[in-house]
Amino acid sequence: MPRVKVARKSTAIDMTAMCDVAFLLLTFFILTAKPRTEDPVPIDVPASTAEIPLPEENVLLLTVGQGKVFYTVEGTDIRKQTLEQMGEKYNIKFTPEQKQVFSGVPVLGVPMNQLQAFLNLDVDKRKAYKQPGIPNDTTANNELADWIRESRKAVASLHNKPLRISVKGDNKEEYPTIKKIIGIFQRQRIDKFSFITAVKNEPKK
Amino acid sequence: MAELDTSGGGKKGGKVRSKKASTRVDLTAMVDLAFLLITFFIMTTTLSKPKAMDVTMPRKDENQKDQLPVAASRSMTILLGSNNKVEWFIGEPGKSAPETINYGKDGLRKTLIEKGKEIQASTGKYMVVLIKPSDKSNYKNLVDALDEMAITKIESFAIVDILPAEVELLKRDGNY
Repeated sequence: MPRVKVARKSTAIDMTAMCDVAFLLLTFFILTAKPRTEDPVPIDVPASTAEIPLPEENVLLLTVGQGKVFYTVEGTDIRKQTLEQMGEKYNIKFTPEQKQVFSGVPVLGVPMNQLQAFLNLDVDKRKAYKQPGIPNDTTANNELADWIRESRKAVASLHNKPLRISVKGDNKEEYPTIKKIIGIFQRQRIDKFSFITAVKNEPKK
Repeated sequence: MAELDTSGGGKKGGKVRSKKASTRVDLTAMVDLAFLLITFFIMTTTLSKPKAMDVTMPRKDENQKDQLPVAASRSMTILLGSNNKVEWFIGEPGKSAPETINYGKDGLRKTLIEKGKEIQASTGKYMVVLIKPSDKSNYKNLVDALDEMAITKIESFAIVDILPAEVELLKRDGNY
């Protein structure tokens, strides 16, 4: 009996369509990805069972670590507006270049009197610069309170929306620092704010 | 996965023909790379989304008119001390002996559930929890305590400043 010959097929598969899909997805993920902002101090966020994700816009973030407080607000337009208002309040004239630089600074932790010098630094030097944190104390008019107030005004005027305040603290941060910040919130009638936490998988009861 | 060149060696002599190169490129390596990058971007974007725990503070008013007094019998006070210890008592400080416990499933959560049920049974109303962090507690303790409130579904709680008498209690028990 003659053997039936199996026709040999090529093992190569046409990859073109797969390649198309892969790059389409890749483009999508790259475009939606947000560069991760580097924390100025190492921060180990506590875990909780909270499951609500933080909104992307109109968020003010206070990073708290090693007794220092850093300020972040989303949106370059809001940052610029806030800086202008802060300049008026503290009688500091910022140049357009400084404003441009400020709108690109993700995390701020410099007192007002050093801010201009900080903004004049080179990019590399600014990254290496150890920011001392925004001054805050228990009085009603400290710089941190002003930053928060001016940002709220800027968001209200530009986006016509309330600003969401959130606190990102380090596990080991001592309570007095947190207490001061909560005190600042309360004096400005911010009764609702959020703590940023990592995800903890809690077994159901 | 290189394809074998099956076009043969070509005939010697005759016309010299320019060899037709295949237009097909092997895309396998490219696809590999693309999927590797996709995996990387998925991991870094969706897995690092921060979660927000909402906190609502009672409004601090100078003229405290509209505040309702809460019966001492259904208020539970939690004092956050140092070294991840919690002290709790029912009612006013000094009247009942405080108990020192840990955070977590068998400590704070168990107590909260038990006492919540007890108070519900004896007074017919829900329990009110006062969280009082001392200066020696850290941020994690506060978040843990608030998280326990969310887990045990206690709706009425507040973060309140600690009283000197309560600091004394913590000091006495070595938690300050």
